[in-house]
Amino acid sequence: MSALFKVLEKDVRFIEGLKGCIDCGVCTSVCPAAAVSDYDPRMIVDIVQKRDESELEELLKGDAIWRCGECLSCKTRCPRGNTPCYIIQALRGLSIETGFFIESEQGRKQLAIKRTVGEHILKYGYCVYIDEVDLEMYPEQGPVWDWLRKNRTSMMKRLSTSYKENRSGTLRNTAQESLDDLKKIFDETGGTQRFEKIEKYSSAKAKELGVDFKEGKDDYFRYTYNE
Amino acid sequence: MTLRKNEIWAQYQKEIADNHYYFARSCIRQNIFPAAENLYLQILKDILGKDIFDDPMQTTCTGIAYHSGLIPMETIMTVVARQFALMSEAGYENFVASCVTSFGIYVEMLETWKHFPETEQNTRESLRRATGKTFRIPKNLVHASDVIYKFRKEIAAKAKYKLVNANTGKPLKVVDHIGCHYAKIFPSYGIGGAEYTYVLAGLIDEWGGEQVDYPERRHCCGFGFRQYLLKSNRGYSVANSKKKFDSMLPFKPDLIVANCPGCTFFLDRWQYVIAEKEGITYGENGYGIPVLTYEELAGLILGYIPWNIGLQTHQVAVEPLLEKLGIEYDPEQKYKGIDGEDIGRPSLPDVLKCF
Repeated sequence: MSALFKVLEKDVRFIEGLKGCIDCGVCTSVCPAAAVSDYDPRMIVDIVQKRDESELEELLKGDAIWRCGECLSCKTRCPRGNTPCYIIQALRGLSIETGFFIESEQGRKQLAIKRTVGEHILKYGYCVYIDEVDLEMYPEQGPVWDWLRKNRTSMMKRLSTSYKENRSGTLRNTAQESLDDLKKIFDETGGTQRFEKIEKYSSAKAKELGVDFKEGKDDYFRYTYNE
Repeated sequence: MTLRKNEIWAQYQKEIADNHYYFARSCIRQNIFPAAENLYLQILKDILGKDIFDDPMQTTCTGIAYHSGLIPMETIMTVVARQFALMSEAGYENFVASCVTSFGIYVEMLETWKHFPETEQNTRESLRRATGKTFRIPKNLVHASDVIYKFRKEIAAKAKYKLVNANTGKPLKVVDHIGCHYAKIFPSYGIGGAEYTYVLAGLIDEWGGEQVDYPERRHCCGFGFRQYLLKSNRGYSVANSKKKFDSMLPFKPDLIVANCPGCTFFLDRWQYVIAEKEGITYGENGYGIPVLTYEELAGLILGYIPWNIGLQTHQVAVEPLLEKLGIEYDPEQKYKGIDGEDIGRPSLPDVLKCF
C-alpha cells in the first residue's frame, strides 16, 4: 500500500467512513454543497475506493475536499453505511499534514480559519466571541447586531449575561486555569502542531505569491478570507 | 397491527433524565441570542423546579473548529473528555448540551470510543498527561431541546398563551427546523430519528400550533462551518437557507422554531440579506418570518416579557408574532438599556420591514 493510504488507513474516520461504495449517488443528491456548486461527494468516495496514490495526491491538492459543509446528511442516507463526510475529514487532516492544502485556493483558506476560530478558542475559551464579530467581517449580521454590539456593556447587563465577569453565566470570562488546560490539550494532542503547520506552509505560499505575511489580519489573511 | 416506517420512528423516544443536569454552553448562542441560555436555565429552575449546574470552568467543545477541518480528532476528543471530567468532578451524571453541533460531537466521541476502544484509552491518557483529570462517561447525554420536549406538557399546563391566532382562533402554522447534527449522524439519539424528528414538532402539537410539512423540511440551513466562516464562501450558506424559505413560502408559516444555535441565526439573518439583496421577503406585509429558539417560544407562552428574554436581538421583527399570539408588549422598552436609558436604536433595513 502507498504512503498516503497507509496514513489514511490509520484514521478511524476513514475506516468508519468507507465500507464499500456502490456509486449510487444518493450522497450527492442530498448534499447542500452539491446543491450550490459542482461538488460531488460520490466522486471523492470513488477515488479513494480505487486506492490510486496519484489520484489521491491530486485530491489532497485540490479544492473539492474543502467544499463539504460537514452537515453529515450523507451519513443518514447512504444505503451501504458509508459516510463521505468522515472520509473528507480524514482527507482534510492529511492535506494539512502533508502541506498539500496550500496548493488549492480553498485549502489555503485554512489560514483564515486558524486565525479566527482557532485563535479565539485559546484566547476566549470559545470559538466565537462578540468582540471579534464586526460588520466589516460579518456584514450579514445586520443593523440589530451593530446596535447590540455598540451597546453591549448596557445590553448584556439588561439581558442578564455575565459578559466580562469572572463568574458562571453567558459570555463570562473563561478562567485562566481552563484556558491553560485547553492549551495543554492542544500541545498534547497535535492541535498546536497543526496550527504551526498551517502557519509555516502558508508563509511559504505567501512568499511565492508575493503577498505580505505577518500575523493577525495581514494581507495574506485578507486574501484567504475575502477572495 | 403492523406499523409503517414513519409510524415507528414517530413513536421513537430516547431516554431523557428527569433531573440533575450538567449544562454545557454554546459558542454561537451566547453571542447571537445572549438571553436564550439564561432563559433556558430559568425555565428549568424556576418553572420546572429542576437542578441544573452552570459550570464556570467549562469551555467550548471546539466543534466549529473541528468541522471546519482545523483541528485533529484527538484534540477535540480530549477537550470533550475534559468537559466530562468537569461534570464528574461536579458530581453530575446527566450531560445537557446547549448546542446541536456540540451534541453531535459528544455523541460521536462516545460512539467512537465504543467502536474503537483504543481511542478512549488514548484520550484518557492524553487528558491525564495534559490536565491531571479523569472522567466518567455520562449516564445520560441529551440536547437542551430534549429536556424542554420531555416537560412540554408541564410547560403547557403553566402557559398563559397557546400557539393560536388570537384574532381568528386558528392554530399558528409553525415550521420546525432541526439542526443536522441533532439526529442525522446518529438517528437513535434524536426523538423521532432523522426523518420524523419530533423534538420540536412535539412542542408545536402540545402548545396548540400546527406543523408545516414542506418539501425542504429536512434540508440543512446552510451553515457549512468553514463555508460560512469565510466571507468568500458565504454564498453556500445563504443559497441553502433560500432553498428552504422558497420551499416553505407557499405554506405561509407564522413562525420558525429551531433547536440549533447556528440554524436560528442563519434563518434569521439570511432573511435580512435576501430582502436587501433580492427584494424578497417571506413574512406578511414586507416582514420576515420570525425565528425563535425553543426556549424563547416556551418563554413567550409562559408570559415572559419579550424584551427581557432578548427578542430585540433578532433581526427579523417578532412583533407580528406577538400580535397574533395576543401578547401585549411595550414598544418603548424594546431598545432601552439596563437602567431604562436611551441607547438609540438599530438603523432600519431598506427592504425588510422592522420596528
